[in-house]
Amino acid sequence: MKAPPFRHMAVAAVLALALLVPVLAPAYRSQLALLWVMIVFALTWDLLGGQMGYNSFGNVLFFGVGMYACVIIQRDAGLGYFTGLFLGSGAGALLAAALAALLGSGILGLRGHYFAIGTLGLGIAAGELASGWQFVGGGGGMVPPLFPGEVGGRETFFYYLSFALAAVTLPFLRWLYASRFGLVLNAIRDDEDKAEAMGLRTTRYKTTAWCISAFFLGLTGGAVGNLLGFVDPREVAFAGSTFGVWMVLMAILGGKGTLWGPVIGAAVFHLTKELFWTYLLGWQRVALGLLIVVIVVFFPVGILGWARERWPERFGHRIDEAEAGP
Amino acid sequence: MGNLRLLFESPVLLVQLLLDGILIGAIFALAAYGMALVWGVMGLINVAQGELVMLGGYAAFYLYRAGIHPLFAVPVAAALLFAAGWLLYRAVIFRVVDKDLFISILATFGLSILLQQLANTLFGADVRTAESGFGTLFLFGGAVTVSRIKLVAFAAALLTGAFLMQFLRRSRMGQAIRATAQNPRAARVMGIDTDRVHAWTFGLNAAICGASGALVAMTWIVHPYLGLPYTVRSFMIVIIAGLGNVAAVLAAALGLGVAENFAGFILGAEYQAAFVFALLVAILVWRRFWLARERRYLR
Amino acid sequence: MTFILQLERVRKAFGGLIANKDVTLRVPAGKIFGLIGPNGSGKTTLFNSIVGHHPIDGGSIRFDGREISRLRVPEIARLGLLRTFQQTRIYGGMTCLQNMVISVPTSELGWRSMFSRSPPEDLRRAEDLLDFVGLGPKRHLRAGDLSFGQQKLLELAMALMSRPKMLLLDEPTAGINPTLINGLLDRLRRVNQQLAITLLVIEHNMGVIMNLAEYVYCLAHGELLAEGNPEQVQKDPKVLDAYLGAR
Repeated sequence: MKAPPFRHMAVAAVLALALLVPVLAPAYRSQLALLWVMIVFALTWDLLGGQMGYNSFGNVLFFGVGMYACVIIQRDAGLGYFTGLFLGSGAGALLAAALAALLGSGILGLRGHYFAIGTLGLGIAAGELASGWQFVGGGGGMVPPLFPGEVGGRETFFYYLSFALAAVTLPFLRWLYASRFGLVLNAIRDDEDKAEAMGLRTTRYKTTAWCISAFFLGLTGGAVGNLLGFVDPREVAFAGSTFGVWMVLMAILGGKGTLWGPVIGAAVFHLTKELFWTYLLGWQRVALGLLIVVIVVFFPVGILGWARERWPERFGHRIDEAEAGP
Repeated sequence: MGNLRLLFESPVLLVQLLLDGILIGAIFALAAYGMALVWGVMGLINVAQGELVMLGGYAAFYLYRAGIHPLFAVPVAAALLFAAGWLLYRAVIFRVVDKDLFISILATFGLSILLQQLANTLFGADVRTAESGFGTLFLFGGAVTVSRIKLVAFAAALLTGAFLMQFLRRSRMGQAIRATAQNPRAARVMGIDTDRVHAWTFGLNAAICGASGALVAMTWIVHPYLGLPYTVRSFMIVIIAGLGNVAAVLAAALGLGVAENFAGFILGAEYQAAFVFALLVAILVWRRFWLARERRYLR
Repeated sequence: MTFILQLERVRKAFGGLIANKDVTLRVPAGKIFGLIGPNGSGKTTLFNSIVGHHPIDGGSIRFDGREISRLRVPEIARLGLLRTFQQTRIYGGMTCLQNMVISVPTSELGWRSMFSRSPPEDLRRAEDLLDFVGLGPKRHLRAGDLSFGQQKLLELAMALMSRPKMLLLDEPTAGINPTLINGLLDRLRRVNQQLAITLLVIEHNMGVIMNLAEYVYCLAHGELLAEGNPEQVQKDPKVLDAYLGAR
C-alpha cells in the first residue's frame, strides 16, 4: 500500500521522458515510434491470449485490415492528408472490429490449439487474398500519400501518434481488467466449461474482447502504414511470421495475463531486435528466430511471472492491489 | 470465373485437373501422416512440418547439383532428415513435449521461422528445382499432359508410406511407438523408454517429410518460404481424417490435392494459396458448428 | 403438487453402451431428493443430460414447466438450474471473492453491466455466502490454492450466489472432512428451507442420503431400479442386490 507515491513518480518520469524523445533523441524517433506500436501489439494480444486464454496467431489480420482501409480512404476519398489519415484510421478500426464481431461466433467457438491454428490460417489467408486483389495493389501493395509537413516533421508526428495510441490503450485495458468484464475473461481462461455451466454469456464476452483488440489494432494499422510509408500484403500488413508472432512472443516474454508484462516484454524484445539489426548483419533474422525458440522453450513464464516466483509475497501484494477490487 | 465456363466446355480439362490433383495429393499425404504420427504419439502439433519438407527439398536439390539423380535423393533426403529430426528433438522438442499445447505450437512455430531464415541465409532466396529429365507423357491425343516425374513421385510417395507402415507394424521400435500412441502411461509402466520413442517418432516424421520434400523439389520447386502451406495442408488433412487412420489420411490428402487444383484453376493461380488457408478456416468453423449441434466443442 | 423437474423416459447411449435407459423421475419444487446407485450406474450421465452437457437420444426433460432437452448449458443455467461437479470446478486463478462476484445471476445482467464494477451489495452478499459455507477468512486467497474440500464449499457458494431455483449436487460430501459433513448437511437443509432452492443430490454415502433426502431414486445399469422414501429404498432387496453386486 505504500507503493503509490513512488509509482506515480515513476509513471510521471516515463511520461515526461516519452514526450521529450523527439527533442532528446531525434535520430531514434522512428524506432521508438515502433516501440509504442509493439507495446500496443503485445497489449492487444494479451487481452485474448493472456487474460482470456485464447492464443491467437492471427490478430495481425485486424492490423492489416485497418492499414489497408486507411490507405484506401486516403487514396480514394480525396480528403486532406490529416483528415484522410484520421478518418481512415477510424474507419479501419471500425472495420476491423466489425470483422472481429463477424468472425467471432465461428472462430471463437474453437478451443485450444484449434483456435491457434485457425487464426494462423486466417491471418495468412488475408495476406494471400490481398496479394491477389488488384484493387488494393496486389502483391506490390500500396503507398500512402506523402506527408505534407517540413523535413523531420513526419517522424515527430508519427512518434507522437504512436505514443498516443499506446497511451490510450494501456489505461483503457487497465480499466477494463478491473471491471466485471476482466473477471469474466479470467473465468473463461480458468475454466470455460464452468463459466458456461454458471450461465455466463461467454460468446458475447469473447467476441467483445476480440472486437476491442481488433479496434486498437485497426487504429494502429492506419498509423503504421503511414509511418513506414508503404503497405505490403505479406511483409507488413498481414505479416504472420513477423508481427503476428512477435505479438505473442512479447506478451509471453513480459508475462502473460498481467497488465504490465506485455509492456515490459515489448520494450525488451524491441530493443533486442534493434540491436540484432545493428550488430548481426546478415544473420539478424536467424538470430531472431533462435531468440523466439529460446524464449518459448526456456522462459515461458515471462519476466513478471519469474519475478512473481522469486518474490511471491512482495508480488502477491501488488497483484492484490491491482486485481483485488472486483 | 471465366475459367469455370472453360471447364464445362472442355471436359478433358477436368481429367487433367483431377489427375494433377491426385498426383500432388499423395505427396501431401506423406507430410500429413507424419504430423498425425507426431500428434498421436507425442501430443504435439508440429508447425515446423513444412520446413522439414523444405529441407528435404534442398537436400534433393544439392544432391542433384552434385550429379546424383534426384530419385536416389529421396532415400538420402529421408536419412538426412531423420538425423535432423533426431537432433531437433534432442535440442528443442523434448523440452516442450510435456508442456501445454500452446507452448509446443509456439516453440515449433519459432523453429519454423528459424529454419526458414537459416535456409534463406545459407541457400539463398532463389527458387530451385531438381530436374529429373523424365519428360512428359501425352494422353488423349495430347489433350492431357502428365510429366512422368509426377507419376514417379506418386508411386514413390505410396512406396514411402508403405515402407513406414511396415516399419511401424513389424519393428520393435515401431511397436513401441504404436503402444505409446495408444496409452503413454501404460507404455511407460511396461518399460518402454518414451523419450527414445519420441525421438524416433520425430525422426521418422522428419524422414517422411524429407522424402516428400525431395519429391516436391523434383516435381515442382523449392524455396525457403515453402513450408507453411505444407504445415497447414497437413493439419487440415489430419483434422479431417483423424489420427492414425492411414486410408483416411490418403483419401483426405488426394481430395485436398484435387480441390486445390480446381480452385487454382477456377480462381486463378494467385489465389491458390489463399484458398488453402481459407479452406482451413472454413473446415474448422464448419466442424465447430457441426459439433455445436451436438452440444460439443472442437478441442 | 407441482414438479419443478420432470424427466420422461430419458435415454442416452454412448456408442453401444446405454448409460440411461428410459429414466423417468420427478422432483417437486422446494424438496430435497436423492439419486443413488452403484458406480457406473449412470447418475452423472443423467446430470449431464439434464443440464445440457450432451444431447439425449430420446425422452423429455422439463424444468419449471419448460422443455429444456434441446437447450445448451448456459441457457439452462440462466433458467435457474445449476449443477456442481463431482470433480469440483472453480476458477483457480482468481480469488474466492472474485469467484463469487462473477457468479451473480447472469439473466439479470444487460450489456451495461458488462463493463461496470461489481456493486457493493453483490460484494456484501458474496461475503455473507462465503461466511455461510465457512470460507469467510479465505476470501482473498487464490481459489486454486484451497484444499479439495474447501473448493467444494466454494463451488456450492458460487452456485448459491447465482440464485438458482434448483441445484443438482454431484456428491457434495465426497472429499469433505468427515467431521464437517454434518455441518454441511445442516447448511444444505438451510439452503433448501431458507433460500427455497430445490435440491437433487447424488450421493454415495448412504448414511448421508438417508439423513438428507425425503425421497430417493435408485439407478442401476442405467435404469431406474427403485424409488420411494429412504427407508423403503434402503430395505428394497433389488437395491441391496445392486449395491452388493449380486446378480
